[in-house]
Amino acid sequence: MTPDDLLFTKEHEWLRIVGEAGTIGISDHAQKELGDIVYVELPKPGMKFNSGEPFGSVESVKAVSELFIPVSGEVIEINEDLGAAPEKINEDPYGAGWMIRIRLSNTDETGDLMSAEEYDEYIQEAAE
Amino acid sequence: MRYIPNSETDRKQMLAEIGADSIERLFSDIPENVRLRRLLNLPKALTEPELLDYFHARAAEVSGRGTPFIGAGIYRHHIPIIIDALISRSEFYTAYTPYQAEIAQGTLQAIFEFQTYIAQLTGMDVANASLYDGSTGLAEAVLMAQRISKKHKFLIARTVHPEYRAVVDTYAKNLGIHVELIEYAPDGRVDMDRLERQIGQDVAAVVVQSPNFFGTIEHTHDISELAHSRGALSIVNVCEAIALGILKPPGEDASEHRRADIVVGEAQSFGVPPSFGGPHVGFLATRERYIRQMPGRLVGLGRDYSGRPAFVLTLSTREQHIRREKATSNICTNQSLCALMATIYLATVGPKGLREICEHNILKADYAANEIRNRTRHRLIFSAPRFNEFVLKVQGQCSFGLSLSRFYPELGNAFLLCVTETARRHEIDAMVQRLAITSAPRLTCRSTSVLCLKKARLVAARSICRHWTFQRNL
Amino acid sequence: MSEILDANLLREDLPGMSELSEVDVVRHFTRLSTWNYHIDLGLYPLGSCTMKYNPKINERIARLQGFTLAHPYLPAADIQGALEIQKALETCLAEISGMDAVTLQPAAGAHGELTGILMIRAYHESRGHPRKKILIPDSAHGTNPASAAISGYVIETVPSNIRGTVDLGRLAASVNEDVAAIMITNPNTLGIFESDIAKISELLHSRGALVYMDGANLNAMMGITRPGDFGVDVLHINLHKTFTTPHGGGGPGAGPVAVKKMLEPFLPYPVVAKTAEGAYFFEYERPQSIGKIKAYNGHFGMHLRALCYILANGAEGLKEASEIAVLNANYIRAKLKDTYALAYESPSLHEVVFSDRLQARKDVHVWDIGKRLIDYGFHPPTVSFPLIVPGAIMIEPTETESKQELDGFIEAMLAIAREADETPETVKTAPHTTRVGRIDEAAAARRPVLRWKPE
Repeated sequence: MTPDDLLFTKEHEWLRIVGEAGTIGISDHAQKELGDIVYVELPKPGMKFNSGEPFGSVESVKAVSELFIPVSGEVIEINEDLGAAPEKINEDPYGAGWMIRIRLSNTDETGDLMSAEEYDEYIQEAAE
Repeated sequence: MRYIPNSETDRKQMLAEIGADSIERLFSDIPENVRLRRLLNLPKALTEPELLDYFHARAAEVSGRGTPFIGAGIYRHHIPIIIDALISRSEFYTAYTPYQAEIAQGTLQAIFEFQTYIAQLTGMDVANASLYDGSTGLAEAVLMAQRISKKHKFLIARTVHPEYRAVVDTYAKNLGIHVELIEYAPDGRVDMDRLERQIGQDVAAVVVQSPNFFGTIEHTHDISELAHSRGALSIVNVCEAIALGILKPPGEDASEHRRADIVVGEAQSFGVPPSFGGPHVGFLATRERYIRQMPGRLVGLGRDYSGRPAFVLTLSTREQHIRREKATSNICTNQSLCALMATIYLATVGPKGLREICEHNILKADYAANEIRNRTRHRLIFSAPRFNEFVLKVQGQCSFGLSLSRFYPELGNAFLLCVTETARRHEIDAMVQRLAITSAPRLTCRSTSVLCLKKARLVAARSICRHWTFQRNL
Repeated sequence: MSEILDANLLREDLPGMSELSEVDVVRHFTRLSTWNYHIDLGLYPLGSCTMKYNPKINERIARLQGFTLAHPYLPAADIQGALEIQKALETCLAEISGMDAVTLQPAAGAHGELTGILMIRAYHESRGHPRKKILIPDSAHGTNPASAAISGYVIETVPSNIRGTVDLGRLAASVNEDVAAIMITNPNTLGIFESDIAKISELLHSRGALVYMDGANLNAMMGITRPGDFGVDVLHINLHKTFTTPHGGGGPGAGPVAVKKMLEPFLPYPVVAKTAEGAYFFEYERPQSIGKIKAYNGHFGMHLRALCYILANGAEGLKEASEIAVLNANYIRAKLKDTYALAYESPSLHEVVFSDRLQARKDVHVWDIGKRLIDYGFHPPTVSFPLIVPGAIMIEPTETESKQELDGFIEAMLAIAREADETPETVKTAPHTTRVGRIDEAAAARRPVLRWKPE
């Protein structure tokens, strides 16, 4: 089940907003497509990104995918645990596999993002 | 045909299965207007005895089988016989890149051992599976330092092999890299005072070589410390890898600030023959934290799904076949077989043997230098400690070593001489003797001797290889 | 020693290096060698890799002492034989490829690509502007974009059409004055000849752009057609593919680059030249040269082997090699096309590309098929490349395989297809007969162990 408190991008990142802070990771579908994740490259806290910009990359054994930020903001924390245990993204993409926390610079930017339900439909359509 | 097993009958059967009436038909997609409607203009096929004759004749025209006392990046060391015996096994030399790990454990483990040896010898955390050679290795090290530092200015010592510097220039010129040279001091080492003045916070890395092109030993640890104090990385290049067996490794020091960040170089000295310039084998070693910025292949130790230890190519997401234009390098191959030669060499000589070989190099070079100083009018121009090479300022002629006039015109009539453990005492004495005599100008000039040689050979070549169509152009 | 070198310059010891007897070393490496598959054991059908038999005489002549001990800095008079070998190989490669001049300096194919693209850049610069873009078909080797990128160019991908060749219409839309060159592989990585190649060359040339060809697949065309005759301006040649220098478990290779006349001034220095009297020498004074791409002048040991192969074959032999390479690939195609899905219907030259589409229905994928082939005694084909074919199985037998060997391979492929249908688990867990089984690559990459450490 896709948690319904999340918003999704077409590039399969998720965003959970609590107040002015947002937590970002990749969807269960994305981790399955990538296969065993072996490395994540994340930005340093303090770096700022505009919505849609790449903020890092995720690597499986034979592929590299860029990560795109769902909304504009400043990185306030990264998930340090992923350095030693990137498999957490495969095991728990919406929990322990989170990647970064940001301070949103503009809370009105979420209009283009999909709800969990819309995202599930989007994946369904892509598969067909 | 020698290398084509299919018989005429086989070919007919195969064509029938394909449903084509001729082999020609299989090429129907190649338009007529680009087809070659004549035979290639190549020499007529030679038989095996003719091939042997041709190549033996060419090999005989290459002299220098006596000791030419020439090094300059390619060193003549004794090559243990077992190396050729082992690398001549088809299992090693006719195998492909070990992408299918289950049936390439031999190659993979050998490379893993190479990585281990190089890391140990350089005092670094990790080394890659080898690079084309030292010169391209140095260019890759520069690109790597640019990726790590995100800075673009490099200070490179003039005492780094001039051809290596030329290769760096070729690689660097379209990538926004700016190279500034560091001059050498009168003792033949990097001029530390000038380096200190040159190095600012905008410098990505300082690049030095030790032993350097003049054969002298640089203070690599002081240079690393200075580089680090200005926020630059330290790259140490090694052309004469044998020296790693005795000199303090650039990557090793009690203080972290005094350790190099990248040690790169050429391992030809470890059992790989000069072969007129290649193939040799480059290496690149670095700190754990820079692994993902490394170019080239890496072999890792992992496990199969039933838990047995197994070797496998790893961290390949850095490489071109996955990242394409964003890869850390465009390198596809390594120098596996040459890396294997180096690995067998190091296993054979062992730590004591390697140190002894180093001592022989140092002692023999020192003996030769002293003899020259005492018995000839030539002068040794650099006073710094050296390994197995030294520079002579020559009065008159010198038929040994490498003239430095092309690379260092400011040194005038200077020659770089190399004395390894393979030079016998009587050969060194004969060389010194010769140098003592040739202080006067020689009578025969070189171009004449080329001509004489060439004429004699033409006759031989014709009789050996009558169908050699390029004969016309000779 | 201490009188000559100060103790603080010296290292203490070499931890972890052991003292071994010659017997220990020989047994160790002989044992390792038995864990490898190799060309002398059997078929190596790696598409685009041209794993052909490596003649034994090549090894013998490359080990002649006059060659192995030669130093490139010796005076020209002392190295005439070596220079003549290089010149002769250059001349042969120029004739085979239909080009005008050759450099032997690049160490491998990708290194040749870099050299070629740098020459293209220098050429455009000499005419005022380096231009910005390199066009690369989506079926290209990954080295192509990587080489173009480190030459300072932006890459634009050209899509393939349903034939599996470059889409001429879409290419035309991309060609403009910003384009420095196209990097094209012909026959391409699908084993298909780019029939429009002459038009493609004309199109690029009409806008002042050049045509670079990746010569990885030259084995399909020796004596049949020449890149220089269909408009190619720069070409690299993999001596370790077409010209039988051994792969050595991943190198050394050699990647000479052949060019048309107008690019000759830009060749890396030194160039093997000849005096009026007929003596060879290294010419260093090349004012328009791109510089040095490698110290000295290339992998001479590989040059010797390649020349030996060419001289052993002559014009007829090389042509026959290409013909039989194509025959063998088409034979495999004919025998397997009803069982494995062809990626494209276009005629195949030296290699044929299938996909795992039919087998994937049972969740058996290309890498499973490859691994299962190992149990049948064959090396797997190239898998998952070219990237434009999902589940690609790329097979290149080369001319040095007998019909008997090909039949054995075909039988194995057909048996695996049956297993994929009936007992898919057998295929999915293969190989079953090797010293080690399938390796957990993810675990190896997550916590890389890259060396032994002294205990």
